[in-house]
Amino acid sequence: MQKGGVIMDVMNAEQAKIAEAAGATAVMALERVPSDIRAAGGVARMADPTIVEEVMKVVSIPVMAKARIGHYVEAKVLESLGVDYLDESEVLTPADEVFHIDKRDFTVPFVCGAKDLGEALRRISEGASMIRTKGEPGTGNIVEAVRHMRLINSQIRKVKNMSKDELYAEAKNLGVAYDLLLEVHENGKLPVVNFAAGGVATPADAALMMHLGADGVFVGSGIFKSDSPEKFARAIVEATTHFTDYKLIAEVSKNLGTPMKGIEISKLTAAERMSDRGW
Amino acid sequence: MKVGVLALQGAVAEHIRSIESAGAEGVVVKHPEQLDELEGLIIPGGESTTIGKLMRKYGFIEAIRYFAEKGKPIFGTCAGLIVMAKEIEGGEEAHLELMNIRVSRNAFGRQRESFETDLDVKGLEKPLRAVFIRAPLITEVGKDVEVLSTYKDEIVTARQGHLLVSSFHPELTDDYSLHGYFLEMIKTNKAVVN
Repeated sequence: MQKGGVIMDVMNAEQAKIAEAAGATAVMALERVPSDIRAAGGVARMADPTIVEEVMKVVSIPVMAKARIGHYVEAKVLESLGVDYLDESEVLTPADEVFHIDKRDFTVPFVCGAKDLGEALRRISEGASMIRTKGEPGTGNIVEAVRHMRLINSQIRKVKNMSKDELYAEAKNLGVAYDLLLEVHENGKLPVVNFAAGGVATPADAALMMHLGADGVFVGSGIFKSDSPEKFARAIVEATTHFTDYKLIAEVSKNLGTPMKGIEISKLTAAERMSDRGW
Repeated sequence: MKVGVLALQGAVAEHIRSIESAGAEGVVVKHPEQLDELEGLIIPGGESTTIGKLMRKYGFIEAIRYFAEKGKPIFGTCAGLIVMAKEIEGGEEAHLELMNIRVSRNAFGRQRESFETDLDVKGLEKPLRAVFIRAPLITEVGKDVEVLSTYKDEIVTARQGHLLVSSFHPELTDDYSLHGYFLEMIKTNKAVVN
């Protein structure tokens, strides 16, 4: 059951074991973490199936893998390997500039990124069973994830307070199905879990996202690009569970060594920004 | 009546909602000291390795064992079932070792083998909608354990006195009857203690 906890990016079996031992609730098997994808440039594609299988062999927690936006076949290939979740991810180079994958055509559940309520509900319509923010991956900068989480939650509050007849126009504004919007109006929350992702680099970052209402946290480059991955991984897991216990967060943050080097997002060119991929 | 939900990781909010719909007060439990004020405890589904690790880290193992020794009812679902078992197949270290059961993790397979079904459970009037997600199975039951339901001849719900476990997620549907059953266990238990 994916709710609460920390999902960690790993590039091999050894890292997957470190993540599991630290208390990760799932791992994302990748060929390169986002900061390396950023550094390498070029087209980023799904990982080599060998890496995914290797990771699946060594851990008992769920294993996730990324397919390119709109790349039906990459997703089907990963599903055939038996991965537990698929991430249709903007971290990889999109394969389709118009259409996302029809996720209802799969038995494996999907997680998708969203910057706002419209994007989240469109992904859910397509069959996504988990949403995450699209913080700027590989930057170690939390600002975009914060923006997306705040925006989605404020839009949900707005929809909740609308009268029913206002929902029709709002469905049009957001570009979403009316029935789904009605569900948000009635329940005051998304029909699926919403995790934080992109730019989480420290235990305090993870706790901040939980404070803002995230159901859990993805940590990409933050762990295995830090000085001491094991300590960072454990500290982020604890800070996520006890996100209001500031003394504990202070304690686990002591002597962690250097976190990953961050990137100021305003220094990125439009072409370098990954959160703008997907629609 | 106050019933706690162990909130280290997993489906906490859903259990709180279910227990409140069944007529008790739900308490989010993050510290062992909180157990003192509770009459029952739910250990939710999530990842048993994560929950087990954090239980050790924060002193929950001893505290929950003491809670059980005092005769207070505990209900473990999915990962909660795993952490309550005396024995886990595949060499994984057992956690609370409260129930005389042997369990197999992810027995139904990976995420894509997750499913829902209507289940007859002994003690419930109507079949229960049960959601199985990477669910564990009880492969052996020992002394004092009563089997409450099976799915395709495999044990998926069991009770040992004041301890209750299910390998599925009863908190993900609007059917609160198994939570109601657990509340009845607490009430009966109180009557005995008093």
